[in-house]
Amino acid sequence: MTRTSRCTILSPTAILGYGFPEESFLRGIAAGPDVIAVDAGSTDPGPYYLGSGKPFTNREGVKRDLTYMISSALELKIPVIVGTAGGSGSKDHVEWTLEIVREILGEQGLHAKVGVIYADIETELILRRLQECRVSPLTGVAPLTEESVLRSERIVAQMGYEPMIEALDAGCDIVLAGRAYDPACFAAYPIRMGFDPGLALHAGKILECAAIAATPGSGSDCVLGIIEEDSFLLQTLSDERRFTTESTCAHTLYEKSDPYHLPGPGGSLDLEKSVFEETEDGVRVSGTVFVPTEKYMIKLEAAMEVGFRTISIAGTRDPIMISQLDEIIETVKEKVSRLVPDIYSRSRLMVHQYGKDGVMGPLEPESNRTGHEIALLIDALSDTQEHADTICSLMRSSLLHYGYPGRVSTAGNLAFPFSPSDIPAGRVYEFSMYHLMETEAEDGLFRVKELQI
Amino acid sequence: MRRRLIDLARVIRSKNAGPFELTLDIICKDQRQYDMLKGLNIFTEEMVSGLYGIPIEDVLAIIYFEPAKAIKITLKRRIASGAFGETDIYGAQQHAPLMNMEFDDHA
Repeated sequence: MTRTSRCTILSPTAILGYGFPEESFLRGIAAGPDVIAVDAGSTDPGPYYLGSGKPFTNREGVKRDLTYMISSALELKIPVIVGTAGGSGSKDHVEWTLEIVREILGEQGLHAKVGVIYADIETELILRRLQECRVSPLTGVAPLTEESVLRSERIVAQMGYEPMIEALDAGCDIVLAGRAYDPACFAAYPIRMGFDPGLALHAGKILECAAIAATPGSGSDCVLGIIEEDSFLLQTLSDERRFTTESTCAHTLYEKSDPYHLPGPGGSLDLEKSVFEETEDGVRVSGTVFVPTEKYMIKLEAAMEVGFRTISIAGTRDPIMISQLDEIIETVKEKVSRLVPDIYSRSRLMVHQYGKDGVMGPLEPESNRTGHEIALLIDALSDTQEHADTICSLMRSSLLHYGYPGRVSTAGNLAFPFSPSDIPAGRVYEFSMYHLMETEAEDGLFRVKELQI
Repeated sequence: MRRRLIDLARVIRSKNAGPFELTLDIICKDQRQYDMLKGLNIFTEEMVSGLYGIPIEDVLAIIYFEPAKAIKITLKRRIASGAFGETDIYGAQQHAPLMNMEFDDHA
């Protein structure tokens, strides 16, 4: 691969589907990008989306963003790379995105070679690695057990940039990757051109959040990353905002436990010697180094179903009730457990108290200070939806009419904003895997499937 | 002199660092404030454990990040994000105890 002097990456938005102003995007296209890349996922919205296979972004939003990206890219003959398609990057999430791509190509009368890369990992491989003691938990996570592997609905792993380069080598115009290390979709093209992986991945770290790293920040605006021999440059595409050393450095901290060392597939980024400089046309970053690890490790992610949820929201304005709310809730829970002991034993029940410690729970240092009113959120989890409904309903009705000590207001203890008061919330998932697994080339993970559409 | 952290910091925020860790960022208004906080060494595992009422071993790291004039504190999450009993899936509203923090600058 011959090396040209720079590689320009257009990052249209923080998450595919969040949108961007047309003017910013057209300015980005006018800058002559070599590639348009976008991160479509996150574990931030919690375990439900990976567990259920559903996207957390809106279909119309994703279609709108992809329509701009695909039509411009095919016209300019540059590739589009999507990382963590569909939000969580399982096969179902990738298929959902592929369906949208087909629709766009059909509607626009366009044809493209699409490279699809699944990130789902076979249960058998994980069980084998587990037996070989080649799976380790990340900080704060319990060691992996065979049971949680078997109970997990969808197991994915974060791919690096390598399979994306393979898809580009195969001549794909559009690359739809399943679960991927966030910077990978931005770093793949410049690394393929011969640029330094440390710089390309560090640029990707920032570009994956697009204009969130600029000031004022925005989750729905485009930015450019320009990779050169010894540094990279970050530029905004709207006059409303700019990159400053402060905004870029502050972003380096964001959602990371150690800003100097950022681990990823196959190695880690070392920022100890990184230099951030503000110039007239943006922020220039240099000095970041990629340090490969001896063994190639990938991060496994999975969620498992733990039951069904029903919730009910109500408020109390009674000072006598508020003064003994913890005791009242405990007593009423006890009553519910005696009403339906069998169902209760298969359930979990709690009441969030907004106005007391609803936001911080046990971490709240000021839980002894309460407002003049408190919102109660009954949260019932059980093995079936009907059982969750039962527990929530009994907790709600018992709490409404409970004659607590010193009660003056005898008509009812709760104010309900809605009828019906109880809301079945469906299946509930919990993260079951967040572990590192050693891989070998012969595992054949992250294979590229080529489709002519 | 008695000082409040909120008067020295431009940003005080919390966020998940993955589903199993919570990270707190304090970004100082300028280099002087950063140097003072770093010099006073008020952020210790004991202090953070007391502030949040958590075991000392759940304070995973306290890191000074010079390029951003920032102090980063990472805690083990009480439960994994979204597990039963969750109050803040994104971990974005766990910063308030730091806002009220006061300390002596020995001046």
